[in-house]
Amino acid sequence: MTMKPVFKKTKGLTEKATHYCPGCTHGIIHRVVAEVLEEMDVLEDTIGVASVGCSVMTYEYFNCDMTQSAHGRAPAVATGIKRVLPDRIVFTYQGDGDLAAIGISEAIHAAARGENITIIFVNNAIYGMTGGQMAPTTLIGQKTITSPEGRESVSQGLPMRVSEMIATLDGAAYIERVSSHDVPHIAKMKKAIKKAFEIQKKGLGFTMIEVLSTCPTNWGIDAIESLEWVKENMIPVYPLKVFKNLEEVK
Amino acid sequence: MAKLLMKGNEVIAEAAVKAGCRYFFGYPITPQNELVTYMAKRLPEVGGVFLQAESEIAAINMVYGAAGTGARVMTSTSSPGYSLKQEGISYLSGAELPAVICNISRGGPGLGNIQPAQSDYFQATRGGGHGDYYLPVFAPASLQEVADLMGDAFDVADKYRTPVLILADGVLGQMMEPVEFSDKVVEELPKKDWATTGTRGDGGPKIITSLDLDIGGLEAHNSRLKDKFENITKNEIRYEEYEIEDAEYILVAYGSVARIAMSAIKLARKAGIKVGLIRPITLWPYPQEPFIKTRDKVKGYMSVEMSAGQMVEDVRLAVNGHAPVSFYGRNGGVIPTHEEIYEKIVQLSGGVKA
Amino acid sequence: MGERVVFEELLCKSCSLCISVCPKNIIYISNRLNEKGYLAATVENQDECISCAKCAMICPDSVITVFRPEVKREARRS
Repeated sequence: MTMKPVFKKTKGLTEKATHYCPGCTHGIIHRVVAEVLEEMDVLEDTIGVASVGCSVMTYEYFNCDMTQSAHGRAPAVATGIKRVLPDRIVFTYQGDGDLAAIGISEAIHAAARGENITIIFVNNAIYGMTGGQMAPTTLIGQKTITSPEGRESVSQGLPMRVSEMIATLDGAAYIERVSSHDVPHIAKMKKAIKKAFEIQKKGLGFTMIEVLSTCPTNWGIDAIESLEWVKENMIPVYPLKVFKNLEEVK
Repeated sequence: MAKLLMKGNEVIAEAAVKAGCRYFFGYPITPQNELVTYMAKRLPEVGGVFLQAESEIAAINMVYGAAGTGARVMTSTSSPGYSLKQEGISYLSGAELPAVICNISRGGPGLGNIQPAQSDYFQATRGGGHGDYYLPVFAPASLQEVADLMGDAFDVADKYRTPVLILADGVLGQMMEPVEFSDKVVEELPKKDWATTGTRGDGGPKIITSLDLDIGGLEAHNSRLKDKFENITKNEIRYEEYEIEDAEYILVAYGSVARIAMSAIKLARKAGIKVGLIRPITLWPYPQEPFIKTRDKVKGYMSVEMSAGQMVEDVRLAVNGHAPVSFYGRNGGVIPTHEEIYEKIVQLSGGVKA
Repeated sequence: MGERVVFEELLCKSCSLCISVCPKNIIYISNRLNEKGYLAATVENQDECISCAKCAMICPDSVITVFRPEVKREARRS
């Protein structure tokens, strides 16, 4: 009886094993982005921009040309690439510290310009690489090493809903928030990421997919509980929805 | 090509276009606005791309992206904006990406003012950002020299895979002078196999990064960069000498101040004082030769700058104690007159013999 | 019958996400320590696997390859 492969590792990822913590959903999101690029047969026309955070070494994992940008500046780097090579696919892969804190200006203005790039925005409500500090997306009451008593709104601000914010910009063509916390949602994530890259390929403007993600190590709970934590605590604050779809508007 | 009467900022922009620059990411800041304005009109005419960024930080990172594709790319700014670009320039140097950056410097520190100054010298010649690196720094003194140097700036950037700085000041940026561009057309640039343009048809994925978490790896990278900087120092120093053969005193000045110093020298020569000028054209790598061959003959050097005294330190390094080095400078956008420099020369040389 | 699900044990980080989604509950953490110091996940009775690939879809490290027996066309028609 010959066996037919139903699921195998995508050619969009290199052979390099990732450095991510056990159960961290960065790995899932990488795989989904890589599968989409492979299935669209654009791997050879794609240039990815790695940001700074846990995913800083993502340029070793995606099997396409990659460049490493300064913390928060990936959308600007991507803009520079896309303006020189308008027929290539350009994406950035950024965490919430990189995009929502230091890099929010670059993200907003890339969207405001309708820059034809795709941003993969991974939101796990914490700074992972540097040991678990509060991020702009940290939830109220969520304990981090810089909100030890739990984030408290008066002095530490309130969670930032980036997708809703950026969706108000006319230059944004497709903005959706998805999640990585279970298999059905991973399938939806893939559909959303594919849609974003297809819209970029049609040159219709700025696309961003925000993916709710986990951080077992800095949340201090195990990998399976982390998925549960996303569902129970993050989704109520960060609803999963399509916030902008230019194609519907037309 | 015919002579054109043009404003400095526009000469810089046109010279860049003639040198094959097709991508420019800028941001408004006085006194370099005309450069950005000119590029906005000109680049589309030559099939290039002009983009006004939301900040100097975004602009230098756009340059990083465009440089990564192998294109000839430029940005320009003025002192406060140049400070904002330091991290980006450190990344350009670390990732070994060619680009040309202009700083039309102005009074500082802080918001300072919009008049000309040379008080960014240290920032320009000591890398400016974090980590061990230098930038080749070209300091033109006339608009014709801007036109002549721009091709070299882009060639040096490509040849050594490094960002290059054009350091001028508000005087050069705002003044008008006749300029003749060479009609040398930049031929097809050699393909940069390290560029991230997509892997279709050219082998495996390429990676542009300045990160190396393996300490041995980063040290090796640093030593490769060190070799590069030594190579640039060996091959790319440029300077000009003016009447130093018989000089008893030598002024040291660059950019617009060098021209004022020449007028002061003419006055002093008339009054019988043997004084000359050393004019560095590259501020990094700084010329040593003209000092080595004069430091045992002259009675003293005087560095003349629109700053509180920065290049004077490089003069002292080059003179290495062989002769006294003094300084005269004006700040805050005040441009020294040739008469006041002449007075200083007289003072330095112990007065004019009746 | 060939194996339906194959674990590249060297890549496994013992995170157990696959275990949490397997509808047949046949995945478990083996006692085989891999080079990185993780006990690799594995499947013993392959015949209970239905090749749904949920394990592979949630695995962050592309450890799992899933196969399905190829049903010959004639066999089905008879």
